[in-house]
Amino acid sequence: MSLNTKPNLPDPDGFYADLLSAHEGLSTEDSHALNARLVLILANHVGNRAALKEALELARATV
Amino acid sequence: MNKIFETPLYPYTHHPDEDAETPVRHKTIVVGAGPVGLAVAIDLAQQGVPVVVLDENDKVSFGSRAICFSKRTLEIADRLGIGQKLVDRGVVWNLGKVFKGDEKVYEFNLLPEQGHKRPAFINLQQYYFEDDLVARVRELQEQGAPIELRGGCKVTEIDDCGDYVALEIETPDDTYDIEAEWLIACDGAGSPIRSMMGLDFVGRVFEDNFLIADVIMHADFPTERWFWFDPPFNPGQSALLHKQPDGVWRIDLQLGWDIDKAEEKKPENVIPRLKQMLGEDAKFELEWVSIYTFQCRRMEKFRHGRVLFAGDAAHQVSPFGARGANSGIQDAENLAWKLALVLEDKAPDSLLDSYSDERVHGADENILNSTRSTDFITPKSQISRTFRDAALALAGKAEFARPLVNSGRLSVPCAYDGSTLNGPDTDALPARTRVGAPAVDTPLGQGWLLDRLGGRFQLLTVDADAPDRLDVGGIEVERVAVSAAGNETLRERYLGDAASGVYLLRPDQHVAARWTSFDETAVRAAVAKATGRDK
Repeated sequence: MSLNTKPNLPDPDGFYADLLSAHEGLSTEDSHALNARLVLILANHVGNRAALKEALELARATV
Repeated sequence: MNKIFETPLYPYTHHPDEDAETPVRHKTIVVGAGPVGLAVAIDLAQQGVPVVVLDENDKVSFGSRAICFSKRTLEIADRLGIGQKLVDRGVVWNLGKVFKGDEKVYEFNLLPEQGHKRPAFINLQQYYFEDDLVARVRELQEQGAPIELRGGCKVTEIDDCGDYVALEIETPDDTYDIEAEWLIACDGAGSPIRSMMGLDFVGRVFEDNFLIADVIMHADFPTERWFWFDPPFNPGQSALLHKQPDGVWRIDLQLGWDIDKAEEKKPENVIPRLKQMLGEDAKFELEWVSIYTFQCRRMEKFRHGRVLFAGDAAHQVSPFGARGANSGIQDAENLAWKLALVLEDKAPDSLLDSYSDERVHGADENILNSTRSTDFITPKSQISRTFRDAALALAGKAEFARPLVNSGRLSVPCAYDGSTLNGPDTDALPARTRVGAPAVDTPLGQGWLLDRLGGRFQLLTVDADAPDRLDVGGIEVERVAVSAAGNETLRERYLGDAASGVYLLRPDQHVAARWTSFDETAVRAAVAKATGRDK
């Protein structure tokens, strides 16, 4: 497994609040666009194709 | 059945103050005989400070109201003499389960860390908490402590006269004037004192209604906290089930904003909802039903001249996280020792500004946590709901998502990081017992460390030398000498890798300063700082 699914985020509540505040006041369409940009930014930061593939599978499996 | 909350506990009686030629002046008057008002009054009386508690009613609160009492509250209650009674009466719980729809997403264990006298939480109806406090008042009175409890006394006017506060009191007989050197307003979220003084109470209103029901159930549900997001019996909303003593269960159902409150509260509407939740055959009786909305807000300052605000009168939070009554009790303990020192002329009255600073810090922490929980539980936008549902969906499959699920972050004691009363700290000692934090309990011989702390300034020496007593300008600092030899819990919590430690503790058990060895000049300076004398 190259995807880390264990808790790895310091102050999860603080991150969650930042995430929501980034979306504040946006239309649904703009929020989708923001999420898309965010995914691309984070994917580049992860920089590991195997981990990203697993992440896509996990996200898809929870639909 | 005659319930405890229907019995007058401190009925009005005519008091000689009402017939006095000139208004009688008291050292301290507390307005409001709820948990916070009674706690601060008991704390003051135990320190020999005369105190009069006024309340417009004469009974404990109606309905269960606050039900989750935290470890810190129990530790404070130990100092007030009722800790054991509360624990004996209460229900101890550790396991929480979170559901989405009818599926369990995950469960959490509060994992009670070993080596503490008190559990992480007990559930207990607020009326029992108040009943035990009133019994403690009576006990103190029998011992001759200067504490009075006057029911049927409503404050109708207040005037801060600079060196005292004048009050007009309305009783069933008449009205009378009375004065106080210091007034403590513990008169609840709707504080009439705050309104009469024209003070702001601003914050955020949450557009939601919650139905709260106390149900006496003849069923064998486990002693756990169950929280549902979007349950089949309350689609699109949330629900909470929590056990109290006497077979009473607290049920909390989110209703949304556009509802007819009077209709929703009728038993013929409540009972079918509960049947959907508990099962068609569940046998239960309704004890109490209420609908509440909430706000997260606080006063800008908790001290206004000679009037000090505490508990819900000063700050209000959402109920998620048990941060209402528990933070109010911490207000009470923060205030009592400071006021006692000021009244004894052992500290300047500016020490009371630190009450406001420290407890505003505590209120902000509580408001932040409870606002975040509320935003998670009741998303205010589509995208917020999308993220919440994503976290819930992932939580069942991936461990990382569980800390993101927020069904209430349960009250933890406030550490006064950055307080003006804080003295020197050292990184050589463990972070959890840092300056500003409340002392952490640990087993000690046959008993517990916290049972030996509190009520006065103390110097806790761990494998360190120091004099048994130190007089710092009329404040006596008493040494509590302990050893970490053969006590690994104490070592881990108070020494870490250091060989010795010296902790200066305030009367509320918070760490005022600490060192790895005793230095008299440093201890004297830290006592001066912790009592506001260094200004």
